[in-house]
Amino acid sequence: MSFVFCLLCILLLPLATAGLALMHQGLGRSRSAAHTMVASLCVLAVASIVFISFGFCTAGVNGGPAHTFLIAGNPWNLIAAERPFAHGIPFDGTPSALVLCFQFFTVGLAAIIPVSTGSDRWRLGPMCLSTALLAAITFPLFTHWAWCGGWLSQLGVNFGLGAGFLDAGGSSTIQVIGGLTALSLAWILGGRRGKYSDDGFAAAIPGHNIVLVLFGCLLALIGWIALNSAGTMLFYAATPALIPKILLNTVLSASASCLAAVFVTRMRYGKPDASLIANGWIAGLVASSASSAFVSLGSSLFIGFVAGAGVMYLVEFLELKLHIDDPGGAISVHAGAGLWGVSAAGVFSTLPTLSGRGQLLAQIIGIAALLGFMLPLIHGLNLLLNVFVKQRVDSDGDRQGMDVRELGAGAYPEFVVHGDEFLPR
Amino acid sequence: MKLVGVFLLLLGGMIAVTAVALLRQPSEQTYFVLAGVAFEALGLTLLARGYALPPRNAR
Repeated sequence: MSFVFCLLCILLLPLATAGLALMHQGLGRSRSAAHTMVASLCVLAVASIVFISFGFCTAGVNGGPAHTFLIAGNPWNLIAAERPFAHGIPFDGTPSALVLCFQFFTVGLAAIIPVSTGSDRWRLGPMCLSTALLAAITFPLFTHWAWCGGWLSQLGVNFGLGAGFLDAGGSSTIQVIGGLTALSLAWILGGRRGKYSDDGFAAAIPGHNIVLVLFGCLLALIGWIALNSAGTMLFYAATPALIPKILLNTVLSASASCLAAVFVTRMRYGKPDASLIANGWIAGLVASSASSAFVSLGSSLFIGFVAGAGVMYLVEFLELKLHIDDPGGAISVHAGAGLWGVSAAGVFSTLPTLSGRGQLLAQIIGIAALLGFMLPLIHGLNLLLNVFVKQRVDSDGDRQGMDVRELGAGAYPEFVVHGDEFLPR
Repeated sequence: MKLVGVFLLLLGGMIAVTAVALLRQPSEQTYFVLAGVAFEALGLTLLARGYALPPRNAR
């Protein structure tokens, strides 16, 4: 592993976060635009501080101190035992410091995902508290399991299941964890005012700045290439020689996903839908993360195409059938495409050491852990938080918009003040 | 319905992990892990249905 090259990739990682922040802002309403950007910054700040203070104790690094239990004769590495504030991590050019930096940036990426779902109704204070729970408990726990020598990553060594749970770029650890948190919050917060009529019909509330959304997609591409490259080098000991393949696979997956979104929206609505195409682009990036270094270029195209097409239907299903109000489509894009990316890694991985069935089974066990342990944990923690601090803004705030309610001024004060243009009068 | 959903999610996760820990035959492991995921799918469905907004005439 090249220290300098890996560090360079990690330095580019925040571009993915910036891209997502722009997307979330653009896909929300104009009267909550400033709030969404402020929330993104606050969430990043809280996630960084809490992760370094407490989260890293649980996440750890591969080969670091950990609590391991013997069950049925096999070791189960469940949780790391690092010291607070990353004491004991040597900053001397060893990979441990790079792993810490990588986790430090990716926790922000995971934490920013639910901001999109809570747009227009999620208060800033509870948002920061919920982020603290993610950065201190849920993200580090699964990160340890999947990346840092935990039981999922050891499924190959201990149980002969392929190479263990495979997720180089964080399809599960970042995207699915963020997406499941978004799902939990969508349930707790409920829909935006005016989104659903009394009869349960959904009103369309379009994003207010689609140019920013699409610019966010381009920024995210650079960040995602860096994310996939750094993750593969850090956790799978890849050399920089593999980077061109990662780059091509990431872009191919996003491209196929974007075109699938164009095709599906053109077929279903008569014209391509810009916001859904943006979601398709990100879905392709998300799905590529798990195995961009280990699949062929053709497989990447297929993975991206399925992600893009699938997300279009999932967005509609969640909104219309399950009444989940997700303004930016974060649940479908991050949780849905992330789960598909993890599954696809089990089917299409071409590493010679992997046995087909064993690898797929390892991936399915990873998905079972995400849905069976992480989702109840995430939802339980957020429900508990909601008992003490109401996460949703009151009805006045719902009507005024979050900019005026929580920040005291709108994002675009010189422009037209928008009324409740999408609400029944 | 929501509580049952969460319970099924946890149960599914436990079945999948226990299958890996206790079973040695690859086919048995696969069947039990898939059964665990099926439980989780059922739990997720129940949880989502529990949170879905009922139409006015059903409230």
